[in-house]
Amino acid sequence: MESLVMMLTVFVLAVFVGFEVISKVPPLLHTPLMSGSNAISGVTVLGAIIATGAAVTSGMKWLGFVAVVLAMTNVVGGFTVTHRMLGMFRRKK
Amino acid sequence: MLNLLYLLAAASFIFALKMLSSPKTAVVGNLTGAVGMLVAIVATLYAGGVVDFPTVLAGIALGSLFGLLLAIFTPMTAMPEMVGLLNGFGGAASALVASAELVRVHHTAEESLGMVAIIAISLSLLIGWVTFTGSMVAFLRLREWILGGRPTLFPGQHWLNLALFLASVVAAVFLVQKPEVGTPFYVLTGLAAVLGVGLTIPIGGADMPVVICLLNSYSGMAACTTGFVLNNNGLIISGSLVGASGIILTNIMCKAMNRSFTNVLFGGFGATVQEVAAAGPDGPKTVRRGDAEEAAMILESARTVVIAPGYGMAVAQAQHAVKELADELAKRGVDVKYAIHPVAGRMPGHMNVLLAEAQVPYDQLWEMDKINPLFPETDVVLVIGANDVVNPAARSDASSPIYGMPILDVDRARTVMVIKRSLNPGFAGIDNPLYYLPNTMMLFGDAKKMALELAEAIRKL
Repeated sequence: MESLVMMLTVFVLAVFVGFEVISKVPPLLHTPLMSGSNAISGVTVLGAIIATGAAVTSGMKWLGFVAVVLAMTNVVGGFTVTHRMLGMFRRKK
Repeated sequence: MLNLLYLLAAASFIFALKMLSSPKTAVVGNLTGAVGMLVAIVATLYAGGVVDFPTVLAGIALGSLFGLLLAIFTPMTAMPEMVGLLNGFGGAASALVASAELVRVHHTAEESLGMVAIIAISLSLLIGWVTFTGSMVAFLRLREWILGGRPTLFPGQHWLNLALFLASVVAAVFLVQKPEVGTPFYVLTGLAAVLGVGLTIPIGGADMPVVICLLNSYSGMAACTTGFVLNNNGLIISGSLVGASGIILTNIMCKAMNRSFTNVLFGGFGATVQEVAAAGPDGPKTVRRGDAEEAAMILESARTVVIAPGYGMAVAQAQHAVKELADELAKRGVDVKYAIHPVAGRMPGHMNVLLAEAQVPYDQLWEMDKINPLFPETDVVLVIGANDVVNPAARSDASSPIYGMPILDVDRARTVMVIKRSLNPGFAGIDNPLYYLPNTMMLFGDAKKMALELAEAIRKL
């Protein structure tokens, strides 16, 4: 129970921080915001690594492996494409 | 120790998002986020109890390769598809992690799963698979490989979705009572997958920006529930950030289309509009047709020119030609700005990226709310490949399907030039009175060809 309250506390605070920070992102950068948040939601790769690396059955290992591949695609694809996009935004010389 | 490093990573993500508030700091912000993720991954490999390194590292290598290839070779016009695909991957990964956790508990007799974890597993399965199949539908629709642009509707659709949802809840309740890899688990997985398709197919091509935002949010929520499964605050924080981001963007897109959230989800927009269009324009209307030479003279003598691009410009691959035209004008001392409607592209901010790619400096890109007051003082507006977002009927004609939608007030400029292939109504099939205004000049032709002709004509003056 205590850990649930703790997790919910973290969750609620994070949602508030999220709303606060993201409402300041200008429409100019909304596409990089989406690809960047793709990369961040790839954070589930941490769970996938643990599941794969400490698998107790081969079924669990395969589930974890596919999860690692998908989440890692998110992480690397998301951060890289965001970098590529942001590099295009330049001011007038 | 591991949790401290996760906290560090979560903080770096918050920093990354905070620095996205300006294009000047955004690059560093993104790198900060990437470093945070790297730290978290290395820490997990080191201290996460990983035994089977070859499998984990193979997965990391394979995923990184896919990600790199996608990131390098996806053209900017296809960014909505890429983001859609990645949303789906994120959702599926979260659901798979939840499944793996269930398998683990099923096979290790000594510990039983707490109530919180098993409820979180059910939620993770539901949200994760809905996100995955929903994203695949959105991806395929955007690619135009299946379904086409129009919504797929059939009678009783919403009831079917409701039934699917309720059945998923029942399956989840069974799973919570007996947390093991059995029938309720498979049924819940299957139902969630079907529900994702069911919820996405009634939404047409024109509404895809909203769907992409919503699925973006779902993929964050899926990561968040996985955090509850694994008792991992890093996942909870990161997932919440993405969830919040998706919700905010969904809201912005809905406002820009003057539609309520429920209307987008259940409205089947685009299927009904056709009938309205079939009613057609009443009586003959006159159009002033211009050519490149005439238009070039007007443009060249203007002080201020605003370019209003729509997705049609990107379809015609005309961004670079438009930039060339803008450069010619700038050389002659004309002040050139771009007016960007929030739904000008196929996802939030899409048009900005497309123009940035054509090397248009971002200080020339003006948001709708900031440019609208300037139109009455604007000499010439050049509309390229945009239709509904510059349709004055949205302001004045209560019977128009887009009535109330915020638009770029281009009709208030002294002269309006519209580059368009023909007078055919656009994507949503709505006639546009802008074309028949006395101060409007129609330049019929392909956007790219016409922009190049204009640039050439100005050069010759």
